[in-house]
Amino acid sequence: MSTDNEHTGQEKSPAPGAKPQGDWPLWEVFIRNKQGLDHKHAGSLHAADAQMAIENARDVYTRRMEGVSIWVVESRHIHASSAEESGSLFDPANDKVYRHPTFYELPEELKYM
Amino acid sequence: MINNPLIEYTLHLADNALVLGHRNSEWTGHGPVLEQDIAISNIALDLVGQARYFYQYAAELMGGGATEDSLAFLRDCRQYKNCLLVEQPNGDWARTVLRQFLFSAHQHLLFSELTAGKEPRLAAICEKALKEVTYHLRWSGEWVIRLGDGTEESHRRMLQAIEDLWEYTSELTLPSQCEVNLEHAGVIADSGRLRECWNKKVQELLDEATLPYPGPGSKLSLRWSGKEGLHSEHLGYLLAEMQFLQRAYPESRW
Repeated sequence: MSTDNEHTGQEKSPAPGAKPQGDWPLWEVFIRNKQGLDHKHAGSLHAADAQMAIENARDVYTRRMEGVSIWVVESRHIHASSAEESGSLFDPANDKVYRHPTFYELPEELKYM
Repeated sequence: MINNPLIEYTLHLADNALVLGHRNSEWTGHGPVLEQDIAISNIALDLVGQARYFYQYAAELMGGGATEDSLAFLRDCRQYKNCLLVEQPNGDWARTVLRQFLFSAHQHLLFSELTAGKEPRLAAICEKALKEVTYHLRWSGEWVIRLGDGTEESHRRMLQAIEDLWEYTSELTLPSQCEVNLEHAGVIADSGRLRECWNKKVQELLDEATLPYPGPGSKLSLRWSGKEGLHSEHLGYLLAEMQFLQRAYPESRW
């Protein structure tokens, strides 16, 4: 039965359940749909551990067949660029047209590449 | 009343699913956290969906104008064949997840058997339901572990839940008369073997949850059986609430 695999294969942190609800971390949820190639951010939720986070994500974000694959990451592991920096990070790329592959003409055979 | 063991057995499977589905639905809007409110509601929906398939089959077998709705809403306690475990009140979250685990462990074994069994319609229904039941078992088992091997309070509540529910577990694999008939006819699997597997599965999980395994039949033996229509006081209130609308406004529709 699949549940047997879950229990023997599950990695055990010390006292896995011993987190009172106030200590449940926040997780970001990414879902890939059946035709998709990448996981898209679907939302966030609180859970005590990774198993629970995946099950919560399954219950909340895939009940209308939105996805077939789930990634969960603790929010604290996601690092984002800050809004104040966006000027120096992104504006310079705006007027550097030579970085785009638009000047090469594709041969007829590769037209739909 | 019903002397066809297959009909009676199908109703038993349907009633189990409907009553437990109804109990779980009582959590909707009251779950401890949002995601668990949704989880338990999903499980309730799954169970009611299973009940529908079983009721539809029973209605076909019975004929005489019986429908899934007439079976669900117009039978009274004495005609309901669910086991006593599923009609017990929800209590706290510990009690609810333990009830789910004890039941789903049984349902998973039973449906696996029926899927490979001789009765084609039951096999088809169980095959379809098995994936849902696999999830119910996983979800509830993990909660039992989390709460059992959790804080002091959660552990205490799980101990109380075991104390409250254990006496109803032997009925799960105690065959009723119709089950005995069907076992002899080779239509359903031997209940003794199901009991062994269930005991083993439950003991393993309770160990992992640092909870005591009370052992088979170590509590009071059942003096009555829900499978024979003899229920605890709880079913009456449950059916009154569930059936009120259909009985007060017969044939009403959305």
